Amino acid sequence: MNKETTSSKVTKWVLISISFIFIALMLLLPLITVIIEAFKQGWDVYKQAVVDDYTVHAVLLTVEATVFAVIINTVFGLSAAWSLTKFNFKGKKILTTLIDLPVTVSPIIAGLIFLLTFGRQSPLFPILQDLDIKIVFAVPGIVLATIFVTFPFISRELIPVLESRGNDEEEAAALMGAGGFTIFRKVTFPHIKWAFLYGVVLCTARAMGEFGAVSVLSGHLRGKTNTLPLHVEILFNEFQYVPAFAVASILVVMAIIILILRSVIEYTGMRKSNVR
Amino acid sequence: MKRTNRSVIPGFGLTTGITLAILSVVVLIPLASLVVFTSHLSWDEIVATITRDRVLASFRVSFLTAFVASSVNLVMGIILAWVLVKYTFPLKRLVDGMIELPFALPTAVAGIALTALTADTGLIGGFFAKFGIKIAFTQLGIIVALIFIGIPFVVRAVQPVLEKLDPSYEEAASVLGASRTRIFWKIIFPEIIPAALTGFGLAFGRCLGEYGSVVFIAGNKPFETEITPLIIMSELQEYDYASATTIALVMLIASFVTLFLVNLVQSRNTKILKGGV
Repeated sequence: MNKETTSSKVTKWVLISISFIFIALMLLLPLITVIIEAFKQGWDVYKQAVVDDYTVHAVLLTVEATVFAVIINTVFGLSAAWSLTKFNFKGKKILTTLIDLPVTVSPIIAGLIFLLTFGRQSPLFPILQDLDIKIVFAVPGIVLATIFVTFPFISRELIPVLESRGNDEEEAAALMGAGGFTIFRKVTFPHIKWAFLYGVVLCTARAMGEFGAVSVLSGHLRGKTNTLPLHVEILFNEFQYVPAFAVASILVVMAIIILILRSVIEYTGMRKSNVR
Repeated sequence: MKRTNRSVIPGFGLTTGITLAILSVVVLIPLASLVVFTSHLSWDEIVATITRDRVLASFRVSFLTAFVASSVNLVMGIILAWVLVKYTFPLKRLVDGMIELPFALPTAVAGIALTALTADTGLIGGFFAKFGIKIAFTQLGIIVALIFIGIPFVVRAVQPVLEKLDPSYEEAASVLGASRTRIFWKIIFPEIIPAALTGFGLAFGRCLGEYGSVVFIAGNKPFETEITPLIIMSELQEYDYASATTIALVMLIASFVTLFLVNLVQSRNTKILKGGV
């Protein structure tokens, strides 16, 4: 028995060590590399790269695309979650599959289908040209691609929570004469608040970092259609390593903030739902 | 769309309407245009495009690297999930949070960081270069990038299963004199393998389509380190939409098949958990 426990202790620490080494090499080291490379030539060079006009513009475009994605996916997520969990109708399964589809598609293919929809060879192209709307190789394309790749992120968090709660409370409220928005605000939303925030955080993370889909649709015009990740790519391919890593460090900081928010939401949300 | 039974809860028309409207613009219309565009392609053209040597080579590179990377993650994912569920140790919460990093860190940033690390001048690349092993700009580099991308999938699939595992079976086996290794392989392993395979499938699907982290580290040499998404991208840059779409279709079919298999494993898994067949 004694031998057994020592051997299991050995196993325990061997496994923990393997995990630590793996995490340190695969996850921690890349993060540290970005910071080291960014500051290789000192603070002044770093600052110059970060406050560069093109970088600032890229930050603003990334924020714009992210905000759009979060807003549209919030409206969609809340509507879809309500429609899919409160009512029974035909075609529900197909609808769920279609909502999940965007995350299973390669980002490059996501970009491709928007190119086919709004690009030069599309039947819609003459109409868009008459209306003077540019989508491909312009900001609207980037926004659309970002919405596409983050499409199910909010609804996917809400639907399981609403499904597991059932509809009794909402039905009671409706029978007592409450209107739809009142029911949503007073009865439903308090229960899905944490799941909703969680979805928003995941959506933000993916939206600010999207590369492939946006890359297809952007046309890479500096100062016009360049998001932060695309700006990193251009700098890196021009062998401007220090500026590339300096810009990347902005994204690293954002990623760390996202990770912290995620675990805070998970932790508080879990505690709250346990108390209830 | 018709409701099959009436509910007292209001808002069916409004929410379903919004859902369908946004879904149409974001998903249905673009997908329809893919179908329309494909219908203009002739069968001979499709076959000619996907049997080009360079395209076939890219399929081989993509599938091989995705498979190797996901296999590494299958093993590491089970170890990580085991460690996080069964043991207490310092910095556990931090490690648990770090697992999610590949979802939060933009792929392009991961790509350039891993490239700098594994190039001959980098910290890890320099070490391996002494033994004549090159990582960046080889298939090994692609695998490293894909391992990074796929880390969370298996861990997050296996973790909840391990947490819910009833300890009484382990205890019973232990009382009956089974060794810990035997308990793991005979009792715990069969329970977590469906979840682990689900995670493997999801990671594999993600790796097949991955672009951002791979382009930097791969070197993109035709026939050697050129992945399929990159071929699609270069066809697009040459405005050869027909070839790009054809190759994309093959990738789409591959990812749907992967997803279908994952769902199959998952539904069997939930059936077992619920006590059915």
